[in-house]
Amino acid sequence: MMNIFGFRLSASSAIDMDKVDRTLFDKLCAEEPDARRCMSCGSCSATCPAGEFTGMSVRKVLHNLQRGKEREALKMVSSCMLCGKCNMVCPRGINTRHLILSVCRIYKTEESR
Amino acid sequence: MIYQGKQNIWSDYQKEIPDDHWYYVRSCIRQNFFPASEKMFMEICRNVLGKDIYENEHHTTCGGIAYHCDTIPQETVMTIVARQFALMTEAGYENYVASCITSFGNYTEILETWNEYPELEAKIRELLWKACRKEFRKPKHLAHSSDLIYKFRNEIAEKAKFRLVNKETGEPLRVVEHIGCHYAKMFPSKGVGGAEYPYVLAGMIESWGGNVIDYPERRHCCGYGFRQYHVKANRGYSISNTHKKFESMEPYKPDMIITNCPGCPYFLDRWQYVIAEMEGKTYGENGFGIPVFTYEEVAGMVLGYDPWDLGLQLHQVAVEPLLDKIGIEYSPEDKYKGLNKKDIMKPELPSGIRCF
Amino acid sequence: MNEIVVIIGGGIAGMEAAAQLLKLGHSPIIIEKSDRLGGHVGKWNMLFPDLTPAKKVVDELADSCRDANIFLNTEISSLNRLKDRYNLMLSNGISISTKYILFATGFNMFPAQKKEEYGYGIYDHVVTNADLEHWMNGNADKRMDTSGMKTIGFVHCVGSRDEKARNPQCSKVCCITAIKQAIELKNMYPDAQIYCFYMDLRLFGKKFEDFYTKAQRDHGIHFIRGRVSEVSEAMDGRLVVKAEDTLIGKPLKVSVDLLVLMAGMACNPDSEKIASQIALPIDTDGFLKSSDNIIHITSSAKKGVFYAGACTGPKTVPETLAEARSAALDIHTAIIKER
Repeated sequence: MMNIFGFRLSASSAIDMDKVDRTLFDKLCAEEPDARRCMSCGSCSATCPAGEFTGMSVRKVLHNLQRGKEREALKMVSSCMLCGKCNMVCPRGINTRHLILSVCRIYKTEESR
Repeated sequence: MIYQGKQNIWSDYQKEIPDDHWYYVRSCIRQNFFPASEKMFMEICRNVLGKDIYENEHHTTCGGIAYHCDTIPQETVMTIVARQFALMTEAGYENYVASCITSFGNYTEILETWNEYPELEAKIRELLWKACRKEFRKPKHLAHSSDLIYKFRNEIAEKAKFRLVNKETGEPLRVVEHIGCHYAKMFPSKGVGGAEYPYVLAGMIESWGGNVIDYPERRHCCGYGFRQYHVKANRGYSISNTHKKFESMEPYKPDMIITNCPGCPYFLDRWQYVIAEMEGKTYGENGFGIPVFTYEEVAGMVLGYDPWDLGLQLHQVAVEPLLDKIGIEYSPEDKYKGLNKKDIMKPELPSGIRCF
Repeated sequence: MNEIVVIIGGGIAGMEAAAQLLKLGHSPIIIEKSDRLGGHVGKWNMLFPDLTPAKKVVDELADSCRDANIFLNTEISSLNRLKDRYNLMLSNGISISTKYILFATGFNMFPAQKKEEYGYGIYDHVVTNADLEHWMNGNADKRMDTSGMKTIGFVHCVGSRDEKARNPQCSKVCCITAIKQAIELKNMYPDAQIYCFYMDLRLFGKKFEDFYTKAQRDHGIHFIRGRVSEVSEAMDGRLVVKAEDTLIGKPLKVSVDLLVLMAGMACNPDSEKIASQIALPIDTDGFLKSSDNIIHITSSAKKGVFYAGACTGPKTVPETLAEARSAALDIHTAIIKER
């Protein structure tokens, strides 16, 4: 449709939880129950060598996955160097390295399907 | 929805609205947007209700738009307002009635500010004296003109020729009420019914036979927001807010919308055309939009005034389907006739939304 | 002669203090305005963090203070001080003269309808934490539509940390109560998605953090950091809840079938009414003011007047009981000293 007005409807940034498909996150949690235990302290992001340059943050990956923002999460994950620093700092002992690999496997397989 | 719960809130937010002897100030933009509304208000007050209402041609803008656009300092706005109060004082009135919601909010905010900071009021008195040698008394009562129509809604209902009822089915019309943001959001206690569940328009709708629709985005802004709409680059965001409201009210199939703000009916009306052109979507029945009215227009309609004398031909969204629903007679060929049947010319009709 | 101690309030603080005073050989009189002992806890179903039945706690306390003199349905008509004694006139016509008064007047639930934007009393499926406990105690509640519990929301801090609602303090127990109630509902409706909207999670007590991680990991309860800004009712009667997901910085909305408001603790105006008759100081938060907030929390500014429990501010059940014991001991010491 031609737009003669010089402006258009803006996309909404709001997260609509009614539209979030939880299938993959539930699948992830079945394998990695600790994925739900993150309390968003930010230790992982603060220490992440990739974070400063790419925006990678395990906290945000988990957050985005639960809010239906898989694309953003996977983009972050792709910058992970698997160094394991986040694993060391997580106060809840979440095996973040293993978690990231599971995210890649579960979500990327789904994506390529 | 528990109606009694709302009634409890409404009873908490009742304001004192004076019975008679009002000093009226007009809106800057309403006479262009909805030209007969203020005239109809005066007509209803004077000739239907038999009240004393006075206006003075020397009053100016309240400065509200400039204030909300951040283009003039608050003290300037206050001095403009002080001058308006001086005109009221000179005319011997003490009940101040504003036609515009933003003016009403502006006056309320200024009076409250002066209560908190009397030294500022003293300074403004001095500025006003220096500027134009005027002095003022603060209004004893401040009301929005919709407060007055609300107060006399039952008298209007008694004199009404029509009700907000579908003539064919006998069912009450489904009416969306939209309250201007500056009516009560800043000072909930100054609005009839408060800010979360305002009653000012809902009360009119109930009195005049309609059913009020309470939809999820009821409290959302119409999208006007002076600073947004006035800059073309921001208009996408302005219309997105309007779009959000329409998407939210759509499932309720509203027959009409009533508003009490100068900007809201304009944007809710005109943006329906733009949304239709941009998105190919209309929200009324059969390719029409949902007609949007000022409360004065609705009062005039139920009282039986000729729709074209109410200026309804200046609406973008066609009002005819609603007039037919209620059973209000009108002459299609007179739609674009002005005073003394002068041809005011038919506008080009859009393609995306049905109009006459 | 046994010394009379007047305890104002028959909630858990008053009951525990009475029990302790009895053991120490004194004669406590409990004055309770309602028709039963137990106060707020008496209306609760289960207590965090071990899901102890509230009834068990209240029954045990009632049993241990059964030898006290208990006036139910009784209010204090007047209270005044004459030299070193206090004279109380009760609504049942009895007057008491005593040297020792214990305020165990507790708190009031914050009236959730004051947060108009949440629609308590207006929308069909909005309840409070107290309503939920009442329902869990087996009382019918038509707001609880048990057939359609697919999504449930919990709003923390309803009237707490809210300066505009004139209740600026943290109510302390709501975070853990929300988690407890969320787990209980999840156990009843395993397929339901449950959201807790919080500003901060304040889980300070023993085993509270365990309870929280259990809620996350084992029950999949979603915690969203952001205060609910408004609630609307959609056409199907579901509630549309709006908040900001502050950890991601975006507005968020979710439709729920039931919304539970964690109404906080507000001061009890009756405390102030009674306290003002003998000029006891009230704190800025409206609760009674202790002599100090560290070592003399159960002492008032007046000789012979003591405090226990939530009359001085929000407290948990164990904190209240500990204070009641502490106040009983303070009173006992004062009595011994006077002899």
